[in-house]
Amino acid sequence: MNWASNRRLIAILIVLLALAVPLSLLAGRVWIDPLAPETRNAAVIVLQLRLPRAMLALVVGAGLGGAGAAMQGYLRNPLADPGLFGIAPGAALGAVLSFWTGYAASAWLLPVFALAGAGGAMALLALIAGREAGVALFTMTGLMISSLAGSLTSLALSLSPNPFAMSEIVTWLMGALADRSWREVAVAAPLTLAGLAVLLATGRGLDALTLGETAARLLGFEPRRQQVLMIVGIGLTVGASVAVAGVIGFVGLMVPHLVRPLTDRRPGSLLVPSALAGALLVLVADAGCRVLPLAGGELRLGVALALIGAPFFLVLLLRMRRGLA
Amino acid sequence: MSTTLSTVGLSIRDRLDDLTLTIHGGEVTAICGPNGAGKSTLLTCLAGLQDPDIGIAALGTRVMHEIPARQRAQCIGYLPQSPEVAWDVTVEVLVGLGRLPWHDAATSQGAATIDAAIATMDLEALRKRPVSRLSGGERARALMARVLSTGPAWILADEPLANLDLGHAIALMRRLREQANHGRGVVLVLHDLATAMNYADRVIVLDRGRVVADGEPCHALSEAVIRQTWDCPARWLGEPGSRALALG
Repeated sequence: MNWASNRRLIAILIVLLALAVPLSLLAGRVWIDPLAPETRNAAVIVLQLRLPRAMLALVVGAGLGGAGAAMQGYLRNPLADPGLFGIAPGAALGAVLSFWTGYAASAWLLPVFALAGAGGAMALLALIAGREAGVALFTMTGLMISSLAGSLTSLALSLSPNPFAMSEIVTWLMGALADRSWREVAVAAPLTLAGLAVLLATGRGLDALTLGETAARLLGFEPRRQQVLMIVGIGLTVGASVAVAGVIGFVGLMVPHLVRPLTDRRPGSLLVPSALAGALLVLVADAGCRVLPLAGGELRLGVALALIGAPFFLVLLLRMRRGLA
Repeated sequence: MSTTLSTVGLSIRDRLDDLTLTIHGGEVTAICGPNGAGKSTLLTCLAGLQDPDIGIAALGTRVMHEIPARQRAQCIGYLPQSPEVAWDVTVEVLVGLGRLPWHDAATSQGAATIDAAIATMDLEALRKRPVSRLSGGERARALMARVLSTGPAWILADEPLANLDLGHAIALMRRLREQANHGRGVVLVLHDLATAMNYADRVIVLDRGRVVADGEPCHALSEAVIRQTWDCPARWLGEPGSRALALG
């Protein structure tokens, strides 16, 4: 197998990240010139504003990229997205409820509410889909949880106590990394790393699923174990990312696609490169959002990625159609 | 290596009825029967994929469902009826998936086994080719090489000749024959009675979940058995080893 070439891809991505992180620290409304360090408050800007933001971009991107790769491998479908399990909408519902109750004022509570929402979606998923291990029923359950959480979010919005709270919710739902601090990094990083570790443990099982569910079982991979690992891994990565950054779509869909042709196309060998490439994409996109001049504040990261992602998706569908024709 | 695969009083509701069979390694055993006879169900029980309602399936002296999944996977290679390959991997990577139960695809020992399986199925020239660019016959060979790369004591295949033309079907049967000569047990669900007659050491004929004939092909697939089981008058033509079935 192409183990060596996979290692090379991972090394290239790490080098790119090592270049992109310092560059992203310099970019923003105030440009910092490393050769002329007399910029006012440069140290504060870099250490208290941009470094935590960059770290958060890496954590969220890695989580979403890795989750997307695992999800596509598990469902054996290149169009699968980590949102399909209903965990992201569940976390968003939790976060919206924290706004609605006014608790979001205490900044610790929003991530806690969001994680509780993600946990609720995970528990529901395990409960309903648990006994029957088939992937189709599992996906349907996820879709139902998605639409349930989505409609409850709409309900919370329509019952919103005041217009200010409503606009705050809507803005938050768009997903962004602006004005985050080390506190969010401390919440998201351990959960995401744990989630990625769980997803990595599914690698062999995902490889076996290439041959279908029956063949995977006969290769010694129990579907029930695989399912539990997927729920925990996707729940931790996606839940953590929604808790600190809101809903950021398309990363989990796009990144595995961009990376897959560079690997040997086994789902297991895609996990690490996809996490690294996700980190890179979110970091660069977030720095881009900061730099783009936009009247009335900066472009929201979630919006920017959807603006890149949706056309990408359409091109993908066109290419697939040509492939099938 | 476990030298027998057996069932005792094995029953599955509406499918199989009290089957007691012992299948031996080093032989090609064909399971034949009309549609709905329970052929595929029997094969999934022998593979440990399905637990019987009553009775047991056993690998050697061990009850199937007590064998750890990974250990069972190292011992039994199974080719499903219409095998899928979800991602467009190369032949080499596909064959390498057979090493998953051993956790050694990246080691030299694993690589050697993969190479041997590729060589056995004459796939060297196609090693780096993506699965999507293989012909039907090449794809069937690659999937069989995946089963062989596990190095299983048993090869179980459900209709391995479906979608293969005559030449490729015969070539695949010859290779399976060789595997049996090397001591592996080969168990095949076959639709084509002439193939079973010409290549199998033993034929088990099922009808509505019961064994109606079991033994050497010329006895188990006698004209009388075929007339009774398939409800179709038939006559064997030709010499032993190259028989053909004339219907009607």
